[in-house]
Amino acid sequence: MENFTPLSAAIGGGLIGLSAVLLMLLTGRIAGISGIFGGLLDFGNDDKGWRIAFIAGLILAPLMAGWIGHAMPSPKLPASWIVIIAAGLLVGFGTRLGGGCTSGHGICGVARLSSRSIAATVIFMLTAIATVAITRHVLGG
Amino acid sequence: MPMIASLLCGLIFGAGLLISGMVQPTKVLGFLDIFGAWDPSLAVVMVAALAVSVPGFMLANGRSRPLLTARSFWPTKRDIDSPLIVGAALFGIGWGLVGLCPGPALESLATLSLPVIVFVIAMAGGMALHNVWQKLQPKLRNEPAVGNADG
Repeated sequence: MENFTPLSAAIGGGLIGLSAVLLMLLTGRIAGISGIFGGLLDFGNDDKGWRIAFIAGLILAPLMAGWIGHAMPSPKLPASWIVIIAAGLLVGFGTRLGGGCTSGHGICGVARLSSRSIAATVIFMLTAIATVAITRHVLGG
Repeated sequence: MPMIASLLCGLIFGAGLLISGMVQPTKVLGFLDIFGAWDPSLAVVMVAALAVSVPGFMLANGRSRPLLTARSFWPTKRDIDSPLIVGAALFGIGWGLVGLCPGPALESLATLSLPVIVFVIAMAGGMALHNVWQKLQPKLRNEPAVGNADG
């Protein structure tokens, strides 16, 4: 467990929870990123302004961190474009079909004690753990 | 005002992902890799987020309306149906393949990394595909594409 960073994880997690609570208290919206982003791709609704504002804030955070000398390193992704594209398609389709992702189900839904969200969170954690086990330890990597 | 509030909430959310390290796929995969050098940090992130959001949502649920808007969009679905199960399972596979979920993926666009841009385009493609697929379904379920989402 040499990579375990409990203090920064607790501070960061607290901020994520605070953001979800503020968004609900102030604007009445669930801070589910797949739902916020997915709503931009749906031509039927006209409530895109707050969605764009939230995502702009999300992207602005690492830029502001960079201005004060804590630039975010580029994330390390697998070398294969096919894996990246397949993963993106699965994340996009799956989160919309299942009605949420790590934030909407995992944090907001579990916090509301929704049985749907608790079930979804257990399921996506299990399939993600199984996927990593297969790609890293069965297929090797 | 609701726009400024949304922007600030996005900023706080982004800061949380950044400080916790969850924007880094290696950190997320370290948590999911329970048979390798396991890193429990993501579990601490979830517990800390819930420690704030559980009481916060109880407070929000007790109010008649949000402070800045006319109504709240509190999810109403109750049943654990097959779209929820299949969707969550597919999402987990994609998440496990690269270690990116929607929040960190969008936030990482700030680095202008080409693999991240390709991932986000594919993710948007998957969402659009879902919308098309749902419109092609016979009207068995009379629910709107977006309105009833949990998150």
